[in-house]
Amino acid sequence: MINSFLLIGLPYAAILIFLIGSILRYYYYGYSVTSHSSQFLESNKLFWGSRLFHSGIVVLLTGHLIGFLLPKSIIILTSMPLWLMVIEVSAFAFGIISFIGIVLLIIRRITVKRLHRVTSTMDLVVYFLLFIQVLSGLLVAYFHRWGTSWYATALVPYLKSIFTLTPDISVITTMPLLIKGHAISAFAFLGLIPFTRLMHFLVYPVNYLRRRVQLVIWNRDLRESRASRKMREGIKPRNN
Amino acid sequence: MDIRSQTAMVFHLDKCIGCHTCSIACKNIWTDRKGAEYMWWNNVETKPGTGYPSHWENQQIYKGGWVKHGQRLKLRVAGNPTGMIKLFHNPDMPVMDDYYEPWTYDYDHLFEAPQGSDQPTARTISLVTGEPIDVKGGPNWDDDLSGTPDYARNDINLNNISAEDQESMFQLERMTMHYLPRMCNHCLNPSCVAACPSGAVYKRGEDGVVLISQEKCRGWRLCVTACPYKKSYYNWTSGKSEKCLLCYPRLETGQAPACMHSCVGRIRYLGVLLYDADKIKEYANCPEDELIDRQLDIYLNPFSEEVIREAQKNGIADSTIDAAQKSPVYKFVKEWKIALPLHAEFRTLPSLFYVPPMLPVMGTMTNGVYESTTGNLWGKIEDSRLPVQYLANLFSAGNADKIRNVLKKLMTVRYHRRKVTVDDIDDRMIRDSFAETGLTADIADAIYRLTSLAKYDERFVIAPAHREEAIEMIESTDDRKGNTGFGEKMGTRRVF
Repeated sequence: MINSFLLIGLPYAAILIFLIGSILRYYYYGYSVTSHSSQFLESNKLFWGSRLFHSGIVVLLTGHLIGFLLPKSIIILTSMPLWLMVIEVSAFAFGIISFIGIVLLIIRRITVKRLHRVTSTMDLVVYFLLFIQVLSGLLVAYFHRWGTSWYATALVPYLKSIFTLTPDISVITTMPLLIKGHAISAFAFLGLIPFTRLMHFLVYPVNYLRRRVQLVIWNRDLRESRASRKMREGIKPRNN
Repeated sequence: MDIRSQTAMVFHLDKCIGCHTCSIACKNIWTDRKGAEYMWWNNVETKPGTGYPSHWENQQIYKGGWVKHGQRLKLRVAGNPTGMIKLFHNPDMPVMDDYYEPWTYDYDHLFEAPQGSDQPTARTISLVTGEPIDVKGGPNWDDDLSGTPDYARNDINLNNISAEDQESMFQLERMTMHYLPRMCNHCLNPSCVAACPSGAVYKRGEDGVVLISQEKCRGWRLCVTACPYKKSYYNWTSGKSEKCLLCYPRLETGQAPACMHSCVGRIRYLGVLLYDADKIKEYANCPEDELIDRQLDIYLNPFSEEVIREAQKNGIADSTIDAAQKSPVYKFVKEWKIALPLHAEFRTLPSLFYVPPMLPVMGTMTNGVYESTTGNLWGKIEDSRLPVQYLANLFSAGNADKIRNVLKKLMTVRYHRRKVTVDDIDDRMIRDSFAETGLTADIADAIYRLTSLAKYDERFVIAPAHREEAIEMIESTDDRKGNTGFGEKMGTRRVF
């Protein structure tokens, strides 16, 4: 019962809240979607914390995503001992990097007084969950080795079953508590995204790479309004 | 030709008395809020000095503006792919300590202090942490402090001036300084717009005002770094960047911006310039010694039939063309050529021009006597106390001849008026100065008139936004029927 609640109910609730919540927040509270950078108040400590954490976590999330999307190629790749070794070690290294990053960020939040004024309760929740998530990930990687391989064979089918609306928890329920915990807190995390500043990763400005250099916005069509004889759009002022 | 209109400005530095009334007017209207206390969209600096934020002109530190990169123009702060990494931590961004930590005073203590042997005092309290702080700097901390080691001597514009000249500038009783009021330049080639990753910063087509959409801003802070004038500020409470909006709600109702309206020295002028947007790319990328001339080329003569025809074709209202013809900025910048942009070498094509101060031409102290006579017509300009090169570094991308020409013109106007009012100047001297500067008595009178007599309507020629269409600039009028005012549709308080 508890298993189906945590491994079926929670994931679906989280995904729904994430999808609906982020869309609502973006369209109705779009103003509040920002990175809330605190670099302006403290810059030097942020350099190590933010750069390390972000570079680590981006690689790890991409790794999880690739494993989820292309499990077959990962299984083939990790069946070669050398590749398994390389992937496992580098994943662990990036895990350590983001762990150091999040620890530095937490220390910075606590010790720099100015930051207390811009820290909300949800920020603290995010810090706590991120810390748990990265730490449990590291512990899983350490105690239940060769995760890159068994993730693709054992966990991905469970995740896939969730997304294909045919939840099947027969494999994951037999897994160690640590792994279950990592998965459950990941879903909890997903559901919290619309209520935190984590929204900022959804608006990461990829458009910048292909937009024009300068941006000029015309609030009305001048040519249209000059030439117009119509009553509404582009009404022609008398002194024009 | 793609003719657009730009609201442009001229500041006459000779008339600036450094009273900060402009800054206060702006502060009271726009930045008297939490998170914005440290911002001075308009500020006044003492030059030579390091300014606000300190060393803002030093692009080695802050990496603002554009650089020529072969045939192309490139943002100095990494644009495109490298900029995307800098979002996580931007090493070139000024932090609060580069501006100053805003503070207030613990006034309550004056009333509530227990009885004691000492008079209670109101201590300084940080507006960020609420704790007592020792104030180490402020937005006008360098006021009148030219000559002090901390400020004037660290001015980056002194870099190519000989140690001897520098020393002579700072000698007691010979010290020179002038004020430099600064605000957003509403550039034609704004680097803040080009740097914004989310596309929140934009130039408004109708009047060229550069704005930041608070809805779209995601606080990536690249505009703060990219602006070489450091006139985009990060609001640490709302997590958004903000900047001078040229009081556009006032402009749309035909009023001058608050800083300009309140200026007691009446140093500020505002008017329309028509320009050819097709030329921006080419002219912003020209060799450094041509920058000033090229920028003047971009502005078009609003009296020319062809320009008027093209402007009309582009939808520019007749009322705007009329304003362009009466524009005081056009006269200062194009007709008389006595106003120059600040730091043209940043290549943003700023729309704010300065009439350089006559200050170095003033007399010197010798043996306790203030000496201001000279046998030579331009004597005082050629061997002035403040090296002309210093002004050139500020206003003409290092070209000292440009500054000399302007100063000579300003001097000619004074000779001419002296002749008219007191008549103790040699006719030949007036003729010579007219011949050399290319001015005539009529032009000199016009400069004199606009400089010292001009009333509100002459100093601020605002192109009508057509109030009936002003809201239409933002939204469809039908949606707004029965409503009044403008503003944030949602509170700015942090929700999550």
